[in-house]
Amino acid sequence: MNVKKYGKIAYDGLITNNATFKLVLGTCATLGMSTSAANSFGMGLSVTVVLLLSNVLISMLRKVIPNTVRIPAFVVIIATMVTLLRMVLEKYIPDLYDSMGVFLPLIVVNCVILGRAEAFASKNPVLDSAVDGIATGLGLTFALTFIGIVREFLGSGSFFGIQVMDFKIGFFTNAAGAFFVYGICIALFVFVTHKMEQRQRVRKMRALRAPAGDAPLPPVTGQEDK
Amino acid sequence: MASTILLIVISAVFSQNFILVKFLGICPFLGVSKKTNSALSMGIAVTLVMLLATLVTYPLYMYIMVPLKIEYLEIIFFIFVIAALVQMLEKIIGKISPALYRSMGIYLPLITTNCAILGVAELLLVNEVSEVVSGVAVGISMNLGWALLYALCSGLGFTLAMILMGGVREKLEKLPVAKCMKGFPITMVAACFMAMAFYVFALL
Repeated sequence: MNVKKYGKIAYDGLITNNATFKLVLGTCATLGMSTSAANSFGMGLSVTVVLLLSNVLISMLRKVIPNTVRIPAFVVIIATMVTLLRMVLEKYIPDLYDSMGVFLPLIVVNCVILGRAEAFASKNPVLDSAVDGIATGLGLTFALTFIGIVREFLGSGSFFGIQVMDFKIGFFTNAAGAFFVYGICIALFVFVTHKMEQRQRVRKMRALRAPAGDAPLPPVTGQEDK
Repeated sequence: MASTILLIVISAVFSQNFILVKFLGICPFLGVSKKTNSALSMGIAVTLVMLLATLVTYPLYMYIMVPLKIEYLEIIFFIFVIAALVQMLEKIIGKISPALYRSMGIYLPLITTNCAILGVAELLLVNEVSEVVSGVAVGISMNLGWALLYALCSGLGFTLAMILMGGVREKLEKLPVAKCMKGFPITMVAACFMAMAFYVFALL
């Protein structure tokens, strides 16, 4: 029962409501930090940590925070978490701290975090919110890393900093390439999830109709949603 | 002096455009740019808040937080100042000009979580103008005047990109687009071509 519930929360966060590809939230960080796979992976994990901590804290305090001032309260909680993260990164992972630059303090205004606080953590118990935080964060990390890998490979022919092929397409490392790769990635994600849903629906319809033993069903054509 | 002003203007509006080169403030760029009118209103609102936020956060940091050695609290302080400013501005505009409030008011609450505002406040915390704007002679120290000019020009650059995008999207609506490319993907690809155009300024 519980496993099923947490599984659903996790699936929603990772795929159905994927923050980067489906909801298109937190775009600034996605575009700005995806120049290399390592950078985008680091950014994704940083957001995940902040998201988890802020979700847990807000969920704990959800009965204490008055409804009228909840947004400022959430923002202060998130800002505190980001400040802590900034100190930790500056001390222990200075490379990542340097490459993130202005995008590190800007995690505060990442819509994904405030969005999850408002839509989920302020209404659900602590454990659920923690699962939601991790799932949403990992969904975002996965998406960011994917974009990062594509851009790094096409832009400099390397994979996580290791030279794989000897070519360079400068377009993909600058701003225009970021928009292009992100747009194409969203389109691909929409296309694939749409196809998957279609197949699932057809299978369900067959399962429902099969026991009745009626006339044979038409084959799957992929044209069945109207 | 004059060349510094010119460099800041050109750099903030074109070659280091906030949306298309620096990737700050993409959420309103994608969300509120369906029509040229709403894009213009959003742009003006952002420019105004940017200017006011810089006017408060820069002195706050330089003259209060640095002497007290509480620089590490900058994120919390800045976001609070911006949220309070936006709330205040909303109330003031609502009282003074209801017509303006109706056209701009709905965008104001969104501005609190706009990366561009916090971004400009964070970017300006440097010792020299040349750290923010490339090409400026080394040795010109940052002060409130330069900071305000930079904030104003960044806001104008933001508005310019918003209006351009609004125009492009009005045309895009009428075109036949593949199903999976509808909405965000095609907007991103359009933004890609705009970013290419702005990239030329950086090469000059």
